[in-house]
Amino acid sequence: MNDLNRQAIANYKNDFLREVEERVEDGDWVRMCMQCGVCAGSCPLGNAWEHTPQKLFMMIRAGKREEVLSSDSMWMCTSCYNCIVRCPRKLPITHIMHGLAHYAHKLNMAPKGQPTRDIAKLFWDNLVKTGRVNELKFSLAMYFKDGFMQGIRNALAMQAVGMGLVKAKRLNPMEILGGHKCKDQGGIHRMIAKARAIEAHKKG
Amino acid sequence: MSEMKTAAYICSGCELGDKLDVAQLSKIAQKEGKMALVREHEFLCSEAAVQIIRDDIANEAVTHICIAACSRRAKTEAFHFPEVAMSRANLREGVIWIVAEGSEHDEVRQDMADDYVRMACAELKKMKLPQGNPNHAGNKRILVVGGGMSGLTAALEAAEAGYEVVLIEKENQLGGWASKLWKRVPFKQPYAEPQDTGAAALAAKVTAHPRITVHLNSTLAETSGAPGRFGVQIAQESGASVTEEVGAIVQATGFSAYDLNKLPELGGGKPNVTDQAGLEALARAANGATIKRADGKEISSVVFIQCAGQRDDSGTHLPYCSGHCCATSVKQAMYFKDANPDVDTVVMYTDLRMPGMGEDFYRSAQDKGVIFTKGKAAAVETSGDGCTVKFRDLILDEDTAVNADLVVLATGQVPNAGVDLEAWNPIVTAAEGGSEEAKVQRVELHKTSVLKLNYRQGPDMPQLKQGFSDSHFICFPYETRRTGIYAAGPVRRPMDMLQATEDATGAALKAIQAVENASLGRAAHPRSGDLSFPSARLEGCTQCKRCTVECPFGAIDEDEKRYPVFNESRCRRCGTCMGACPVRVISFENYSVDTVGMQIKAVDMPDEFSEKPRILLLACENDAYPALDMAGLQHHVYSAFVRAIPVRCLGSVNTIWITDALNSGYDGVMLMGCKHGDNYQCHFVKGSELANYRMSKIDDTFKQLGLEPERVITHEVAITDHARVAQLINDYAAKINEIGMSPMKAFA
Ligand code: SF4
Ligand code: SF4
Ligand code: SF4
Repeated sequence: MNDLNRQAIANYKNDFLREVEERVEDGDWVRMCMQCGVCAGSCPLGNAWEHTPQKLFMMIRAGKREEVLSSDSMWMCTSCYNCIVRCPRKLPITHIMHGLAHYAHKLNMAPKGQPTRDIAKLFWDNLVKTGRVNELKFSLAMYFKDGFMQGIRNALAMQAVGMGLVKAKRLNPMEILGGHKCKDQGGIHRMIAKARAIEAHKKG
Repeated sequence: MSEMKTAAYICSGCELGDKLDVAQLSKIAQKEGKMALVREHEFLCSEAAVQIIRDDIANEAVTHICIAACSRRAKTEAFHFPEVAMSRANLREGVIWIVAEGSEHDEVRQDMADDYVRMACAELKKMKLPQGNPNHAGNKRILVVGGGMSGLTAALEAAEAGYEVVLIEKENQLGGWASKLWKRVPFKQPYAEPQDTGAAALAAKVTAHPRITVHLNSTLAETSGAPGRFGVQIAQESGASVTEEVGAIVQATGFSAYDLNKLPELGGGKPNVTDQAGLEALARAANGATIKRADGKEISSVVFIQCAGQRDDSGTHLPYCSGHCCATSVKQAMYFKDANPDVDTVVMYTDLRMPGMGEDFYRSAQDKGVIFTKGKAAAVETSGDGCTVKFRDLILDEDTAVNADLVVLATGQVPNAGVDLEAWNPIVTAAEGGSEEAKVQRVELHKTSVLKLNYRQGPDMPQLKQGFSDSHFICFPYETRRTGIYAAGPVRRPMDMLQATEDATGAALKAIQAVENASLGRAAHPRSGDLSFPSARLEGCTQCKRCTVECPFGAIDEDEKRYPVFNESRCRRCGTCMGACPVRVISFENYSVDTVGMQIKAVDMPDEFSEKPRILLLACENDAYPALDMAGLQHHVYSAFVRAIPVRCLGSVNTIWITDALNSGYDGVMLMGCKHGDNYQCHFVKGSELANYRMSKIDDTFKQLGLEPERVITHEVAITDHARVAQLINDYAAKINEIGMSPMKAFA
């Protein structure tokens, strides 16, 4: 068997499509795409993506697991909902894009250093701790996400903006000590745990 | 027929009275037209006026009437006098609506109207009231050839409408392809699941029907005669022969699958590669369980390759799309998914074509998990235990491959239309010329004929394109070029089962019309109901065979002495034979070399210094003449020097009319007919093409006479060309002005 054939074994088979259907939010819609390309033509960012939604759907059906899950494309979605409104087959494309990104993240196959992924992770970690976003810590975490030296440089570059915010009482330096919290932090944590359990139950 | 008594009725309504000197028209009808009775009326299509005409027919023994009013295509219900011969002078659409307004045009307008009255009177005197085809016969039974879905439907529809049907089928059972399918593509709500074919139930209904006689294991040995009196010999497998008389024939001989072995690059002929028919057989064997290959292995992956050997522009395979195969593959993929959802099914298409409600069916297949991929198959290789399909994924834009236990090629439909007359005719000519080889070929080819017609013009129907028996896919579906014989189903054009059943219903109704018209001695489409028919004065015939060869409908045979034998019931009344005849012996009672010739001569010809040229316009009454009427309706102004005469078809134009016109001083002759060639629109298929050919010959004659070839010009026009016809006339009038008046006027 030559190389092409070995690669062909999983090609255009149900396996990956099934996986997406079972584990990705709204993944069971992927099979309904009729490859018209309306989403690809409607996405305002489409030309910046390596693979348009249309192509991603075809790649899933073609069994290209590695390529899809390590793709940067679905991370580019800005949730404008143009595609959902226009898809003649009524696919919830935006949701599938986020579902795919989330699934790739969970499997740790998402591209390292992908900015959307990084921001989302920092935001989420920051939020779940106290139930409120600590803007100071979030900004600092953003500055220092690429290392200590880069963080110092970022902070110096943004110094004037930071001082302005402090003067205008939009930023409280004391937040560094812990800052505002939700009244019932335990409740928030229980809520999130429950949501996780539901999600795990829905998509194995 | 009794003594001819003529009458002319001149209308002054619709502003005719304001724009024309009606009294002068009356005088012309009386003095020059020699009408015995002339009446004017200010509202000729009114009930009162029509009653006056009726009274004249009843009390004054009027046998011929000339109506000088609107176009012959207008007010046909008011001016309906089937008991008399009638001509119409078109003064409204043809004169007052198209001549420029204003008193400076009064003279030419009146000239034009005067001439149209002269012409209508001249025509009338040469007309006879058509009596109907004397050789008609009234057999109303309908023969259906082929017992598949189309044939069964046609038989049942005709029988249910009260007609007796004879159905012949070459196999030992009814049902055709349908009986070989596991399920059919759905044709009812919600268009989501394959459905039972219904073939067995339909066959049972046909077999039990009291008005249907079924002959199984039978083919046609010979077909002779004409609508209303076809004689058919049915050869049975046992060697026995049955003779039946029928009035019309529906040919529903269906299709054969394209030969798989012609597709070796797609694995055709190799194990584990089959066509859609092959897959149906496997599905029937599985009977709803997991489908197994011929070698017994359960199939866990299958690839369908669409358009295999179809839509091919290289000239190797079928160039057309067979229309049903996408839906069929979708259905077959469902066979697998319904038995076991884990089977991998891939439908590989370049364009998925799902006509009708097919989109719902497609969606349903996607929902079942069938994988659709837009791709072009490059090769199918048998590898190990299965196949590898190498293809280009047209969405992902890459060469790739997929493995499968079985590959199904969606091949096309090849019509079972019998002998291609284009191949037949040269062989016959060679055989008649004495070639021994051609004689053998002729016998062999004849064996492949379906209808075995004993017509002079060949044993089957002429084929339109790619071997399909039709006369025009869009304008006249079901109409073939053999009157009283109608093609239905995939022998007519590629189609699916639902379309075939609708088609068969249409063809059955056509056959019923044919037997009814034939029994009354009337023409079939497109001059349905016409009672006139061609007759030939054989004493003058030179046996040139032009009429026999040129008749587009194979209506004319030859007797032992090589004289033409007209089968009036097979004739469509186009007049092509009349136009072809060099000695002008063919005519119809109400349409002849004389009825038109006398109109041409009746025109008052101004002299060469009058600055009033005359242009004869012979316009096909199917498209060109209606377009002229519409030009009138839209008040497009055109030259008042033109004199238009409607003709049945440009094919009926005898070149004598052209030479007569030029000899009598016309400055130009325009011919307007339908589009000819590959995408022809001629109602009589070949008429406008023949006219064009004949005019190309006449050109040479002109050159010899020293006459400018531009004095005769032919145009293709469509019924929608109302603005264009006016423009063409004006352009031509300008051209005539440029080349000057005809030098022939001096001799006229
Ligand atoms: S919602 Fe996302 S995928 Fe859809 S058009 Fe907008 S950015 Fe593109
Ligand atoms: S618009 Fe919908 S159907 Fe069309 S390609 Fe995009 S997802 Fe598929
Ligand atoms: S050429 Fe036309 S009119 Fe003449 S026999 Fe044939 S169908 Fe009839």
